[in-house]
Amino acid sequence: MTSRQKKDSKADSRPAPEISGPEISSRGAVAIVPPKSIAGNALMLVVAIMSFLACLTVGAVSIVRDAASDWQSDIAREVTIQIRPIEGIDIEASLERAAGIARAAPGVASARTVSSEETTRLLEPWLGAGLDIAGLPVPRLVIVTVADPAAVDFAALRRDLATINGASLDDHRVWTERLASMARTTVIIGLGVFGLVLTATVLSVIFATRGAMAGNRDVIEVLHLVGAEDSFIAGEFQRHFMLLGLKGGVAGGGGAMLLFALGNWLSGEAIGTPGAAQVNALFGGFSVGPAGYFGALAVIFLIAVLTAATSRFTVQRHLADLS
Amino acid sequence: MIRFENVGHRYGMGPEILRDLSFHIAPGSFQYLTGPSGAGKTTLLRLFFLSLKPTRGLITAFGKDTQTLPKAELPPLRRRIGMVFQDFRLLDHLTTFENVALPLRVQGKSESDYRSDVKELLEWVGLGERMHALPPVLSGGEKQRAAIARAVIGQPDLLLADEPTGNVDSQLAHRLLRLFSELHRTGTAVVIATHDLSLLDRYDARRLVLEDGQIHVYE
Repeated sequence: MTSRQKKDSKADSRPAPEISGPEISSRGAVAIVPPKSIAGNALMLVVAIMSFLACLTVGAVSIVRDAASDWQSDIAREVTIQIRPIEGIDIEASLERAAGIARAAPGVASARTVSSEETTRLLEPWLGAGLDIAGLPVPRLVIVTVADPAAVDFAALRRDLATINGASLDDHRVWTERLASMARTTVIIGLGVFGLVLTATVLSVIFATRGAMAGNRDVIEVLHLVGAEDSFIAGEFQRHFMLLGLKGGVAGGGGAMLLFALGNWLSGEAIGTPGAAQVNALFGGFSVGPAGYFGALAVIFLIAVLTAATSRFTVQRHLADLS
Repeated sequence: MIRFENVGHRYGMGPEILRDLSFHIAPGSFQYLTGPSGAGKTTLLRLFFLSLKPTRGLITAFGKDTQTLPKAELPPLRRRIGMVFQDFRLLDHLTTFENVALPLRVQGKSESDYRSDVKELLEWVGLGERMHALPPVLSGGEKQRAAIARAVIGQPDLLLADEPTGNVDSQLAHRLLRLFSELHRTGTAVVIATHDLSLLDRYDARRLVLEDGQIHVYE
């Protein structure tokens, strides 16, 4: 007897009841794994704290990277030509010639000779006031402002300046390399902290999932007995944990974004104070840019997906072990 | 449908509680599985239900050797077998309707597809008025009928019932037996494990008697 025949036969053998009236399941699709059986609040709190820390890390990395980028940009837009005083050369003529070579180079906006008076003022803190530098072997400078760092051929400029006796070009490469290195180190540290936070989150979810499975042993058994596949059972747990991860992520990430906004507002309020000026000089202002906010949103999404995937993997592994 | 050939089973290093079982459950057949308490009826049902593997011998279920069956192929086979447990195994947080619909839900069917079928079946087993009730507030007989409804909702080829009349009075036992015989008439093979001899007298059928770990078949 085929299944269809059996169904028809069954239908014939039963009284035909009224199939009308109110909806049967007014509760909608009720979760097969009872939500109360999962230590949800504790896990959500852990996920919220972890998300908060992860978002702070993203924000901090974003601030440092932006600041380093600003510094690099500022430094790269100014190079210095130095003329050392050598006996027998006219240093003023050399300065003019160097400035002329710099102005003629592509990508250069301007070149300005630092006058003798300016040089004296620069040295005043070390050598005292009223000093006549004419008798001292003090190098002189030409400050070159770069319009487009990418357009300047520093190697060619250096070659051209080599024709002037005692001239050298300082393109601040050492500084920019140090800044780039510092920014890279900061990003690596940030990634390390971020990785640790995610690892802690994953471990918390694994423990919580194992606890939930132990508490729902009878549910899992019944599901197996009615022919549920492991993927279905894993999906039931995954749904709970994804929701928990999302709630925790939104709470933690949302808190971090509020903190960013508060920091931006406070730094705006403090403009003009000596302390703020110092902080600004160092970090370019406590201002988390759009990248930081997008990063925080990505963290919330990542935490939710990670929580769901971890619980699914844990359940499937546990069910595979059961067999 | 299900064939046992020289099947034996022991738990761990314990004594062999089932020995040299060789018999066949034919499609559309009706039989009692009986024997004294502790004879191994529940263990044999678990072997039928593929939730245990025999320690020796061969069990062929729906043409497949259960010993070598990959785990992924178990759920589709289990869906062809309905099981009524002695302790019902209803989920307390789901209503009667939701418990009965569970085998269809795990198959990925939507409620709109199975709503009328489940309602019809609940009416048929006399639980039409109790479909929104949670198991803790159901009587023993109602739980028993809900468990039976859950076992048959997927229209299984084989229905296994472990002491289905153990918790009910003789009147309800008679009703449940009628329910099983109705199912049998629709083409479902039925195996009822019981040590209630009065039940055996009410509806004459093939008997599988377990004694001292061995099975005696009375056609």
